[in-house]
Amino acid sequence: MLEETRVADAAVPSVSEKYEDIVARLAKVVERLEGGGLSLEESIAAFEEGIRLARAGAARLEEAERKVEVLLEGDRTAPFSGQEK
Amino acid sequence: MPERLPPKPATSAGQFDLFGKRAGGPRVYSVSELTREIKAILEGRFPSVLVKGEVSNLRAPSSGHLYFTLKDADACIDAVLFRTEARRLRFSVQNGLSLVARGRLALYEPQGRYQLVCDTVEPLGAGALQIAFEQLKERLQKEGLFEAARKRKLPFLPRRIAVVTSPSGAAVHDFLRVLHRRFPNLPVLIVPARVQGDGAAQEIARGIVRAAKQPRVDVVVVARGGGSLEDLWAFNEEVVARALCGCPVPTVSAVGHEIDVTIADYCADVRAPTPTAAAELIARVKDELLADLAQRRARLGRAMRGQLERRGGLLDKLRARVADPRRLIGDRKLRLDRARQRLEDMLHDQIAARQQGLRALRERLQAQHPRERLHRLEREVARLEQKLKSLAGRTLAVRRHRYEGLTARLDALSPLKVLARGYAVAFDERGHALQRAMQVQAGERVRVRLHEGELSAQVLEKKNE
Repeated sequence: MLEETRVADAAVPSVSEKYEDIVARLAKVVERLEGGGLSLEESIAAFEEGIRLARAGAARLEEAERKVEVLLEGDRTAPFSGQEK
Repeated sequence: MPERLPPKPATSAGQFDLFGKRAGGPRVYSVSELTREIKAILEGRFPSVLVKGEVSNLRAPSSGHLYFTLKDADACIDAVLFRTEARRLRFSVQNGLSLVARGRLALYEPQGRYQLVCDTVEPLGAGALQIAFEQLKERLQKEGLFEAARKRKLPFLPRRIAVVTSPSGAAVHDFLRVLHRRFPNLPVLIVPARVQGDGAAQEIARGIVRAAKQPRVDVVVVARGGGSLEDLWAFNEEVVARALCGCPVPTVSAVGHEIDVTIADYCADVRAPTPTAAAELIARVKDELLADLAQRRARLGRAMRGQLERRGGLLDKLRARVADPRRLIGDRKLRLDRARQRLEDMLHDQIAARQQGLRALRERLQAQHPRERLHRLEREVARLEQKLKSLAGRTLAVRRHRYEGLTARLDALSPLKVLARGYAVAFDERGHALQRAMQVQAGERVRVRLHEGELSAQVLEKKNE
């Protein structure tokens, strides 16, 4: 029902954005929306931004790859087996 | 070397006669000889001795040797700690420090003074390590390195965790177990370092520096399982302290057991009592984060629905208020209608009144219509006409009468009457009656008027009289 293009680019969480920043933004959006005082258009934009942030936050939690590595000389890494001396 | 063994120590001073010249009397030493003998006795008797006392008069010349005096309430003894031994100390020798020195006595012949040449010194009471710990702690504290203002907060959710530790230790396994129980997919980078023994501190320090340089590392942990103070010593060394304080990303110390406190604990941004506690401090429970997100999302949805409902309600209310005016409009229409009616009535009345006035005026005007005057005038004109006619008739008769009289008289006078009696009148071409012959020329044409008719004639000859 809502067009993608109506959400400003700034509302899209960037790849480098930290999880806590995303959640902080989400919290702010929720508060803004709960506080009322927004126009209908602003409400819709805020809601969309919030959904986007919630998705980005969840994605951020999932995207980490469980990788335990050992730092070798020359800054190479190798999988950590637990047998290292 | 003395030529003879020195005599047995005298039991009484009275046995000596210093000034007697007795053969086989007491032997006279040279200073060197005596000193040499004392040296031999002293050094032979105390090749290794433990002495306790308080350090005073400490001197540390550029040679790196340490010179000081050990003293107690009643006596003192000079002591030296040569550079090689001094460098091995983990604490620094300071005035006022009570210590136990182990060494040998040595006599320096040129000055005839003896001193204690120390192999090692140990602080008295607290151990050397304890003293060293306190000393480093005090020094770093003075630099302000432990101040709370320096402490950085751990990232809410690190992208990657570096752990400087022994890869074969229990600490790393405990850490990983707890970490991944809380957040199953958090990436970890193990930076191997020996955590005890000679050179361990340097490896740990280097590990910290390297760890911070690796991509996406948001926190650096130094970890080691429990052990004796000696085992944990690397974490009390200055090089580790400096590396932690200089680390560009937040640091966590997780060394030993809960009761063990190291210099690293003071320097790190966060002190974890144990490696497992470190994992708990660093990683939030992922399920809780997900639940929190879901809850926020639900709140978002509720807030949005609330907004829409509020707006819907507001719309309904407004709509209801919009309906009212419609009824009002009916009322107003009626009122307007009545007013219009009144206005029309009024208008009609006014028009009627005016029409009435107009009619009256018209009647008055009618009364003043010129026709009446016209009739009067016409009658007057007719009368005058009549009068004029009768008057004119009379005048005409008079005139005719006069005219006839005049005509008769005129007729009597007419030259034509003369002509009737046989006279003629000649006229020149210009119509002038000729009275004198000179009026014409010979040959000129003339008209001759007779009583009846006229002649055209030509003058043949003229005779002027």
